[in-house]
Amino acid sequence: MTDTKTLPTATRLNRAAGATANWADERTSIGAFTKFLARKIFPDHWSFMLGEVALYSFIVLLLSGVILTAFFVPSMDFVHYEGEFAQLKGVEMSKAFESTIHMSFEVPGGLLMRQIHHWAALIFTAAIVTHMARVFFTGAFRKPREINWLIGFTLMILSLAAGFTGYSLPDDVLSGNGLRIIDGVIRSIPILGSYISYWLFGGEFPGEALIPRMFTAHILLIPALILSLIAVHLFLVFLQKHTQYPGPGRTDKNVVGLPLFPVYTAKAGGFFFVVFGVIALLGALFQINPVWNYGPYDPSPVSAGTQPDWYMLFIDGGLRIMPGQVEVVLWGYTLSLNILIPAVIMPGLFFGFLALYPWIESWATGDRGERHVLDRPRNAPVRTGIGVALITFYVVLVLEGSNDIVANLFRLSINDLTILFRIAVFALPVLAFWVTKRIAMGLQRKDRELVLHGHETGRIVRFDNGEYIEVHEPLSDEERWMLVSYQNLKPRELAPEHNEHGVRRKGYRWDRFKAALSRFYYEDRVEPVTPAELHEAHEHHKAEIEGMAARSEAHSAARADAAADKAPADA
Amino acid sequence: MSIDNAHDHEVVEEEFTDPGVPEYHRPRRADLDPKAARKAELQTAALFGLSIIGTVMAIWAWATGSVSSENIAETQRTTMLIGLGIFLAMIGIGTGAIHWAKTLMRDHEMIEERHPMRSSDEAREGAIEKLKDGAKDSGVGIGRRGLLKGSLITALAIAPLAVLVPAVGNMGGDWDVSKLKHSMWRQGMRLTKDPSGEPIKASDVTIGSVFHVIPEGLNDLEHHKLEEKAKAVVLLVRLDPRDLNIQPGREDWSFDGIVAYSKICTHVGCPVALYEQQTHHLLCPCHQSTFDVANGAKVVFGPAKRPLPQLPIAVDDEGYIVAQSDFHEPIGPSFWERLK
Amino acid sequence: MRRLSLTRYHRAAPLVLLFVLLAGITTAASFVQSTPASATAEASADDISEGSKLFAANCATCHGLDAQGTEGVAPSLIGVGAAAVDFQVGTGRMPMQASGPQAIAKTVQFNQDQIDQLAAYVASLAPGPAVPDADAVDPALGNAANGMALFRTNCAMCHGSVGGGGALTQGKYAPSLWATTPTHIYEAMLVGPQSMPVFNNANITPEDKRDIIAYLDEQRNGAPGGAALGAIGPVAEGLWAWILGMGIIVGFTVWIGVRSS
Repeated sequence: MTDTKTLPTATRLNRAAGATANWADERTSIGAFTKFLARKIFPDHWSFMLGEVALYSFIVLLLSGVILTAFFVPSMDFVHYEGEFAQLKGVEMSKAFESTIHMSFEVPGGLLMRQIHHWAALIFTAAIVTHMARVFFTGAFRKPREINWLIGFTLMILSLAAGFTGYSLPDDVLSGNGLRIIDGVIRSIPILGSYISYWLFGGEFPGEALIPRMFTAHILLIPALILSLIAVHLFLVFLQKHTQYPGPGRTDKNVVGLPLFPVYTAKAGGFFFVVFGVIALLGALFQINPVWNYGPYDPSPVSAGTQPDWYMLFIDGGLRIMPGQVEVVLWGYTLSLNILIPAVIMPGLFFGFLALYPWIESWATGDRGERHVLDRPRNAPVRTGIGVALITFYVVLVLEGSNDIVANLFRLSINDLTILFRIAVFALPVLAFWVTKRIAMGLQRKDRELVLHGHETGRIVRFDNGEYIEVHEPLSDEERWMLVSYQNLKPRELAPEHNEHGVRRKGYRWDRFKAALSRFYYEDRVEPVTPAELHEAHEHHKAEIEGMAARSEAHSAARADAAADKAPADA
Repeated sequence: MSIDNAHDHEVVEEEFTDPGVPEYHRPRRADLDPKAARKAELQTAALFGLSIIGTVMAIWAWATGSVSSENIAETQRTTMLIGLGIFLAMIGIGTGAIHWAKTLMRDHEMIEERHPMRSSDEAREGAIEKLKDGAKDSGVGIGRRGLLKGSLITALAIAPLAVLVPAVGNMGGDWDVSKLKHSMWRQGMRLTKDPSGEPIKASDVTIGSVFHVIPEGLNDLEHHKLEEKAKAVVLLVRLDPRDLNIQPGREDWSFDGIVAYSKICTHVGCPVALYEQQTHHLLCPCHQSTFDVANGAKVVFGPAKRPLPQLPIAVDDEGYIVAQSDFHEPIGPSFWERLK
Repeated sequence: MRRLSLTRYHRAAPLVLLFVLLAGITTAASFVQSTPASATAEASADDISEGSKLFAANCATCHGLDAQGTEGVAPSLIGVGAAAVDFQVGTGRMPMQASGPQAIAKTVQFNQDQIDQLAAYVASLAPGPAVPDADAVDPALGNAANGMALFRTNCAMCHGSVGGGGALTQGKYAPSLWATTPTHIYEAMLVGPQSMPVFNNANITPEDKRDIIAYLDEQRNGAPGGAALGAIGPVAEGLWAWILGMGIIVGFTVWIGVRSS
């Protein structure tokens, strides 16, 4: 040990690190793990960081949530407020509400933590939706990632549950009315409704059990589920390796990008702090959920602008948009279709379709291979159209859910808005699908044009015979590959109904359905340029090109020089 | 590039070939110029420095700032300063690390091979072999000992009920769902103001007035105050008797243009409280069901189906408004056995 | 090649757009911010005849020469009292510009003396609610906690939890109360203008009315948590989370994804 003193610090540190690593590796084989992980390659694209936003805002939620639990009292017992906040002095309220007020006004930084927590929740759900949209539009859910799509979908549902239970904990008038709406929705469920409501609330609404129960769900049950599913979600990302956008050298058999250590350790690690910082900024500057203005829960009052947080708004919009006439009484039993359809059936179908989407599309493609190269959204026009239609449907419901705010802001009539949205909720998604599909195919045709004729250069050349042409600069191999390398899917062939013995084939109906679905997806399509087509196009323009080559040699030389200074297409 | 080659070839290929990851790599300023690299290093260090300042600021703001439920401005200032400190502390580290990665870390793209998710045939066969061995060791071959397997599966399937039935059974309180059908209103009970509980004289309810009403004695309830309030709240309105279209069978439920309706929406149970005195419409702020008070509180717009239940009222000897009875139907949202 | 690299630089365009959008929203929001209300002058001595002349010139077209009203056009003003006149004319709702779903508060057309004269004339026709005196509407004398309890039971369903306003049916709306003077708030409760129901002194006592004014006055001290985002609740919060929160964060992801020069 005598030589330690004489060694430079850096060497001493290295030795210490080596000794620690050795100690750990002898007990855990962490060496092999590090070897596997350290230089793992991840492709670089901004849209691949959206899932990280969800992960990081969840970590911010955990951190700020732990601090909040130190001050929150999940109890519906009554107390009288003894603090100094003028508008609540002496008011009777539950301990849950009182402790929320206490941590907001008597704990320095307590209000900040509440606001950070709530903003983080809104960002968390928004990031999940955005990430999900990215995965959808690029086809990242295709084989082998169907399971991970389902896990992500489940995480999305859990995030809604986490958000809603948290929103209701302070026991204020706004969230209390939200719970009452939930109670009304639950009661509409046939046969079991009243009993499920009693089960949830521990008796009649509002009861005294709900806040403690939701607290357990909010801080233990749901976060534990979310954490474990995130672990599986990320494990699968590592196992299956990240998808990549199309480009030269990017295939279904490789992944091109930068290593986890050091590049993504710095980029992704740094990004956590960025997300945390942005959420802290929101919490510092913008007030959110001022429960002291809503007051402690009481079943009598209600305020204008009674809405849930944004992620539940579409269900509220569904409840608003539905005409009431559909409630029916059958043999003396009440069936509230005016509630069941928008609040149970519609979300069920919407979420069910999303959950099953990878399989629905695979019925249409019949594709059994692993797909690791993503689609550019234009190259899957029907899928892109479906995605935009779903978003349109969702946004119309969100707008209807905010119709009083919209009406008040723009001085419109809520009645007119509701009637307008009743039409729009059916018409706009169809229109959005059609327009999006057309735009996507238009972009594909533009890509074809570009491949066949090259870039316009703006240079006009006059031939000896007096003809003018604009010189088109051909695409580089890399650029062209980007535009022609997409999967050219065609409608599936339907095998005949009867086999050669005239016996009806088993599963024919199912095949027929898949073939019809496939036609819907791939009947209209723009096929990628083939080398033969390009060859023909060049033959067609051969004279021009040769003419050009002869006449603008000097220009070409200059251009070649310039090209050497420029970046390659997709470095 | 290869355009010239393309039409020189005699045979045109079926498909384009992948040109592969370009060899060419565009260097960044910091790759070429040591001065730029030094500048990037300084910028990164400055960002980390900003973070340190942020941390100090957050702690300083916490230690010196105060919050007060009396002084909103003080709370606002402390919240903002601690928050901005945290913002700087985090954003400094984050942007610093990313700037470092973008400017100084090697950015040559690397390629990693993928392997199909499917296990190799040998691995699969090996797995099946092991499972078969295990099954043999267990004494339960494929298709044998159905009783053993069947009973185990049944036991496993129903075992959770041993925990779930008592647990779920305990959670619903007394499970007496018939309580949904009644409220605490009784004959002769006075209508009182919410939240003070003062009784209301008929003469005080002038035309165009609206009173938010709770039953007499609600505030004194020891238990289930909120549950009772959730069912019993009533809206008391006086219309010009000429405007009031009294519903058949309810001729004696109102008093000189004064009518009382449940405040709980028949849609999903929000308090329906927006009374427009000119149109006599009651609007629910949650989902905009609109009820016509002049016309038996029937639905004129929105997602509710049924009219609001009416509370029959009368006036007692002292001139106070009292209830004649409970509501004649369950209040609030519909449920399956509502009419049973 | 050149084109592709050019488009890459244009990726900053969404960021620029975003900040322009946010600047726009912020500017718009600052217009929505209320200006402090001016105090109402004390009622001057009655000059009923002056008021009568003003009435004949400005109001009689709709309300009739004797203020008896015109069926289907304008209500009778006999018995509405000075409070109703002070509110309707003092907030610029009357004279009405055009018939519509509701009378809109505009620039006040008369000075306080003229309003007082008009009020005196209408009050002389038949007894009705009078304009409250300064003590009756002084927020410093009220109890904000009681005011909040009353406000959320009687007012918040239309005007929002802190008086930011809200929508009614068929394009009508409950206005924001942030710029309304205490006297006008008091008068509105007393007389129930347009869609608003009447809250007479038996329903909400004069002391209770002052408490409500005290609660609304509390809201003018600012929001403890920072910018209040219009105080209209979760819809505004969600919009800001998406536009500002997700906007900045996605801006960062683009910055991370773009290669350094």
